[in-house]
Amino acid sequence: MIIRILGEGQYDVEDSRVEELNTLDGQLQDAVDAGDTAAFGPVLAALHAAVRDRGTAVPADMIVPSDLVLPAADAELAELTALLTDDGLIPG
Amino acid sequence: MGIARRLALLFRVKANKALDRAEDPREVLDYSYQRQVEMLAKVRRGLADVATSRKRVELQMRQAGQAADHLQSQAAQAVQQGQEDLAREALTRRSAALAQIEQLQPQAAQLRSDEQRLTVSAQRLQDKVEAFRSRKETVKATYTAAEAQSRIGEAVSGISEEMGDVGLAMQRAEDRTAQMSARADALDELMSSGALDDASQPIGKRDDIQAALDSGRGGQPAIESQLAQLKAQIAAPAPPAQLESREQQQPKGTEAS
Repeated sequence: MIIRILGEGQYDVEDSRVEELNTLDGQLQDAVDAGDTAAFGPVLAALHAAVRDRGTAVPADMIVPSDLVLPAADAELAELTALLTDDGLIPG
Repeated sequence: MGIARRLALLFRVKANKALDRAEDPREVLDYSYQRQVEMLAKVRRGLADVATSRKRVELQMRQAGQAADHLQSQAAQAVQQGQEDLAREALTRRSAALAQIEQLQPQAAQLRSDEQRLTVSAQRLQDKVEAFRSRKETVKATYTAAEAQSRIGEAVSGISEEMGDVGLAMQRAEDRTAQMSARADALDELMSSGALDDASQPIGKRDDIQAALDSGRGGQPAIESQLAQLKAQIAAPAPPAQLESREQQQPKGTEAS
């Protein structure tokens, strides 16, 4: 499974190791839904660490879309909410 | 559905719009490549803006630092002269200068990390664009339109996501840079108003604390000493205080300028 961390790049994570990421992703969703800025940062950091730990970086000459995309390390909850509510925000 | 999946979908929707527009999928390759080259140029400009902004904040930190040092020595001088009010004024301004430095530090750090991250992103995009270009030619030459469809889909979605990623990073950096340059403008104004004594200004424009210190010494010592300096200069036409002139005096200098 290909996972992108925005601002950082893509990682290839074996499908068998994705379950834990899904749990964390669920927690991130909860934090976003509740507007819980205090929980958001640590959950996001844990997600990033898990992806880096379990995945290998996708080489530069490989061009593939991601199955999962994670917000940047220093993303704020408000930015993410804006991104999710308006798909026109993604440039490029 | 989790956040990460929703984000991935948003990127894919964006890419699919481009794919759906074209009649022959191979057209998408050229169109996408053109967009990639434009994006790369945009990212490079964005990077230059961030670097300029960072240098400006760093310069202001240095200026505020010089001002703080200058005010410190003025305060010491004022104490020596027994002018306590003047010393207090100098120390008050010094603490304002130090507060400015403290405020500028996180901004400088933020800009440095933005710059670093954008540099890495730009390099990654450049690598992908190069890979895309060679793949584009292969696909166009080798495959029929129908066969190309699936191969193009993946490459275009992948690169479109890459562009979206670097584009987002750039937007964020630009927003922050705009905020910071507004603050930098305000600080420049503050410095030129003299509220934060700018020690980097030329001697001719003495600040009010210095004027009070000079008058505290009695007479016009500054003018007297300037006069003495001028006289000395006339007596010895090549002033050795300048670095350039010292180089010129070296026998057979390494560089003929």
